[in-house]
Amino acid sequence: MRISVTVDGVRYDDDVEPRLLLVHYLREHAGRTGTPIGCDTSNCGACTIALNGRSVKSCSVLAVQADGADITTIQGLANGELHPMQRAFHEEHALQCGYCTPGMIMAATDLLKDNPDPTEEQVREGLEGNLCRCTGYQNIVKAVLKAAQGVKA
Amino acid sequence: MIPAQFDYVKPSSLEEAVRALASDEDAKVIAGGQSLLPLLRLRFAYPSVLVDLAGLDALRSVTDNGSSIEIGALVTHYELTRDPLIAAHAGLLTEAAGTIADPAVRHRGTIGGALSHGDAAGDLPAVVTALDADLVITGPSGSRVLKPGDFFSDYLTTALAPDEILTAIRVPKLSGWGYAYEKFNVTAQAWAIVGVAAAVRRENGQVAEARVGLTNMGSVPVRASAAEAAAAGADASPAALAAAGARADEGTNPPEDLRAAADYRRHLARVLTGRALTAAAGLS
Repeated sequence: MRISVTVDGVRYDDDVEPRLLLVHYLREHAGRTGTPIGCDTSNCGACTIALNGRSVKSCSVLAVQADGADITTIQGLANGELHPMQRAFHEEHALQCGYCTPGMIMAATDLLKDNPDPTEEQVREGLEGNLCRCTGYQNIVKAVLKAAQGVKA
Repeated sequence: MIPAQFDYVKPSSLEEAVRALASDEDAKVIAGGQSLLPLLRLRFAYPSVLVDLAGLDALRSVTDNGSSIEIGALVTHYELTRDPLIAAHAGLLTEAAGTIADPAVRHRGTIGGALSHGDAAGDLPAVVTALDADLVITGPSGSRVLKPGDFFSDYLTTALAPDEILTAIRVPKLSGWGYAYEKFNVTAQAWAIVGVAAAVRRENGQVAEARVGLTNMGSVPVRASAAEAAAAGADASPAALAAAGARADEGTNPPEDLRAAADYRRHLARVLTGRALTAAAGLS
């Protein structure tokens, strides 16, 4: 099937099998290997991207379902300099192995769209679909709160 | 974890979608895909063709029908949590939808998909059961309306024929009712071990009417009829509502699995129903 998608501002036209998952499309056709495949069972959230501006788990969307969509991956977030959320993750050391980080950052930026000034509890709730097996979440939560302060300022 | 091969069509009208389903007995509807895609990837399901409803924009609206709210089947869980009409007249849906899975799943998953999937461990089946919603179904010979008690027939099984589509959910407006959804699980984004959807109407310090739907207390979502009857006419007090809640498991046949024994589910249903009734009555 023919699909057209915009990924990080670049338009792609491709023939894909209906069964191709969006995460495989992004990695193998569009070269967005910054979006990792984690659990592959839609639990872990590592593959989270923005589809038409909203966070989704790209292992749980078919590429054909994304036809016509505007997609942002972790690789499209920085604009010359790091996105405030990326900078906050860096400054707060909100990662160890880094595997969950692309999904965490995409989920966290989406969270701030709806709630620019979240409480710590709201951050933890908002990231419930993203698993980190290294950090215990402490620095991730700190980073999201710091980014929120930056967005407000 | 790549799904088996299938064809894919994206009809632009409901009639076309029904025709696509009717022409192939192994066709399957996909909406948000948040239940179906994991099943496809695990190869628990082998549809020959997926009929994607995403082109049917008419199924995305929420409308005020006077005495009820009509919610299109493609309304997402996220939209359920944000829609002002639903919040004003069917707040139980707003509250329960906010507990489904996690934000990214809620952006894709739809109310029609969650109900058609027929998972008694899902949250929305018990909510529409408590609200006694009308489920509007379209097939080759036209439309029909089923009540939740007739729609949900067994584990992951509904009364939908293979060529029928759930198109809308009509939820009666409950003005002046309080509501609460109590969900018990032990990890984030998990299914409810047991969930309780309760709505209560108070009158002169008493409970005039109560509705209770139970999540994961049987092969289908069920009403806790004994608890409803006990609550009706009771004092609007935490003690009286806890006593009513203690009858919530009567007549149920809860599943037993790795997460909970049946007896434990019965215990949870009794305790959570007391809490849900108390919260719905505005007492907690």
